Amino acid sequence: MKNLTETQKKNAQIQPSELLQTREANADFEVRSLDAMCVNESRLKHKWHHDLKYVAVGTLLGIIFVKAELISWFRIQEMFRLQSFHMYGVIGSAVAVGAMSVWLIRKFKVKTIYGEPIEIRPKTFNKGQIIGGLLFGLGWAMTGACPGPLYAQIGAGATVIVATLLSAILGTWVYGYFRDRLPH
Amino acid sequence: MMEVLSSPWKWYVAGPLIGLIVPTLLVIGNKTFGISASMRHICAACAPAGVKFFKYDWKKEVWNLYFVGGIIIGAIVATLFLGNGKPIDVSPKLAEELAQYGIANFDGLVPRDLFSWENLLTLKGFLLMVVGGFLVGFGSRYAGGCTSGHAIMGLSSLQLPSLIATISFMVGGFLMANFLLPFILKL
Repeated sequence: MKNLTETQKKNAQIQPSELLQTREANADFEVRSLDAMCVNESRLKHKWHHDLKYVAVGTLLGIIFVKAELISWFRIQEMFRLQSFHMYGVIGSAVAVGAMSVWLIRKFKVKTIYGEPIEIRPKTFNKGQIIGGLLFGLGWAMTGACPGPLYAQIGAGATVIVATLLSAILGTWVYGYFRDRLPH
Repeated sequence: MMEVLSSPWKWYVAGPLIGLIVPTLLVIGNKTFGISASMRHICAACAPAGVKFFKYDWKKEVWNLYFVGGIIIGAIVATLFLGNGKPIDVSPKLAEELAQYGIANFDGLVPRDLFSWENLLTLKGFLLMVVGGFLVGFGSRYAGGCTSGHAIMGLSSLQLPSLIATISFMVGGFLMANFLLPFILKL
């Protein structure tokens, strides 16, 4: 809970009036903001078919995942054994392009197609990023997949990965259940 | 044209395209790139069980489920229509190491000698698929994100917690691949 108040203080410094509004509008804002990854910044409500554009972007990502072999267990093993540059090149150039885009968005105050200002909520540090990060890394090298590739591996025909995905969802649930008792 | 599409894409093609997903999601709906949160929404939708962490309006985040649905569709499309049917080109050093454990089939992106329904209930298969999957889900939520949310989105917006998380992911992966995985593969 300590983290939460710090996050809110930080956020409040950025856009006090807007955030206050959000908090009143969303009864579940506190729960959602416990995990900054999960807060949906848009305040607009749309019909369901607007979400089809995310299917399109997801489809593109799924194609890249397969065609660049990013969902390959072998490529992940090469990465962690320093036997290939491929994965480092992909992640490095993705971050470079992503960072440049975010910089441009901030500099020119780019708005969304619906005219909303674009927001990127700051993340706050907690020990979970280290402990959870290490556990995630162990799992990543075992399965050869992080969450995105798990979905893509199933699509690529490795049906047994449904079991891995269900286990990952179970892991997510168990984390949620024990969250208050874990160091953060 | 088809040959360019069907042979494996180079890092300098794939990486920048993935990087462009960051501004695309921001511009089309103020969404930050992240995939592991989808598993939280699935928990919240299917089995909240009164856990506070899952008591939120998951329908507000439903875009993320459409997004991962797209990933599955994209993988199907790429596999069915854009493949070249050749085995994966594995680094000779890795191939040599894997040969010791009887892994010689490089036909699929996922090694069929390890990840199959027949192997699911063997000790080795259970560890790799079920325990590994559990660690991916538990760890990514504990860390507040996975490779997409922290390594790509977080680093792109220059967030220190994401750098710490990304370094932790890599340390965990190095430990597993180089020191622990050999024992599992020997089973």
